[in-house]
Amino acid sequence: MKPAAFEYVRPKTVADAVAALAAYDGEAKVIAGGQSLVPVMNFRLLAPAALVDINGIAGLDFIAETAEGGLRIGALVRHHRLMTAAAVRARFPVLAEAMRHVAHLAIRNRGTIGGSLSHADPAAELPMMTVLLDATLRVAGPNGMREVAAADFFTGALATVLAKDELLTEVVLPPLACAGWAFHEFAQRAGDYALAAVGVTLTTIDGRAADVRLAVTGVGEKPLRLAAAEAALNGQPLDAERIATAVATVRAAVTPSDDLHGSADYRRHLVGGLVGRALQDAGRRARNPSQKSS
Amino acid sequence: MNRTMTISLTVNGQRVERAVEPRMHLADFLREELHLIGTHIGCEHGICGACTVLMNGDSVRACLTFAVQADGADITTVEGLGRVDELSPLQQAFREHHALQCGFCTPGMLITAIDLMQKDIAPTPADVRDALSGNLCRCTGYQNIVEAVLAVMAARVRTSDGAASVAGEGDD
Repeated sequence: MKPAAFEYVRPKTVADAVAALAAYDGEAKVIAGGQSLVPVMNFRLLAPAALVDINGIAGLDFIAETAEGGLRIGALVRHHRLMTAAAVRARFPVLAEAMRHVAHLAIRNRGTIGGSLSHADPAAELPMMTVLLDATLRVAGPNGMREVAAADFFTGALATVLAKDELLTEVVLPPLACAGWAFHEFAQRAGDYALAAVGVTLTTIDGRAADVRLAVTGVGEKPLRLAAAEAALNGQPLDAERIATAVATVRAAVTPSDDLHGSADYRRHLVGGLVGRALQDAGRRARNPSQKSS
Repeated sequence: MNRTMTISLTVNGQRVERAVEPRMHLADFLREELHLIGTHIGCEHGICGACTVLMNGDSVRACLTFAVQADGADITTVEGLGRVDELSPLQQAFREHHALQCGFCTPGMLITAIDLMQKDIAPTPADVRDALSGNLCRCTGYQNIVEAVLAVMAARVRTSDGAASVAGEGDD
């Protein structure tokens, strides 16, 4: 239950961090909050030769409002700050709501958004939220910066497009003009990873849904946007029949697996129920935008 | 690989400096280097909450933080809350409400409750239960722990007009 020995470096700049990662040639891991990394090191499931601690890098701990109405969020922003920041609550209330489901206070105090996204747990909330919100992820590497759409960033369970000498530095959220939103999660205990979770944003025009976005997590190798269900809902009233059709579409599209906590069939059923609830809540908020979070 | 690094930090108001291996957890550092054995080690992977301490004012799991990462930090452990002959209000409430039995989870419970109360001016009973759900207690049961925390909060509201005026306006 103690980690194997490792070398420890604490770069002051992103360039130095990338250089350190390259110098260890894939044998080093980035540590920020360490809330996902340290447990697996304690179990010795992972024994990196070195840790590159990015906590001392200035300029990665920021939440900035963009002129268009979106947000730029630095990789070192802790979960608790993301959950409570006024700019997040005002511009992306669905994200603030989702963050309440991330672990517990002490973990949220320390865990970072860059760490959660780079770790890419298939049942984590934040990866799904970047996919839901069409985020762009900015990545630093030996050849400079590159940008990756959240939809392309996650490649599987605990897998991303990040090369071993690359560092996620920033998440860019484009403006969200939807008054309707909802996040629903089912976990065995408060703070656990989701058995299934759902995020929805939408607006309504003359009683009909528009700009519907629907994402799920915990029911596959990576977070998933449900394009077919979104398309079927756009332009339609959010009535019981349309919602039931969306639920069926989602249940058919997801690919959950059996594990200790629930069978694949159970998760498929569960995620459908959450989708139904989320669409109803989002529709209600779209009709009555002043309504507060649940 | 056994190269040590020198760190200096403040623990319960005292400046300390030690040479440590990078792989040493903050929890082991507190217990083995500083002999502050009030910080308990339960699961060593962030689940049980027994090792929770304040780092620069925020509660953190000392088993998921390396001591080298606490270089320059200000740490408060349960030993920094009060003394046996001068308990803090929260410790006194734990005593009066029988909020501890074996005491293993108690240091983490105290630190978590302090962080909750400093971050949230008027947490509801549900908020208290939610916050404490990140700390495992397997013998006392949570009821008396929740009651102890609520009692301290109620006293705080009674003694503070500012806090009392917003006590009913939790926005979530």
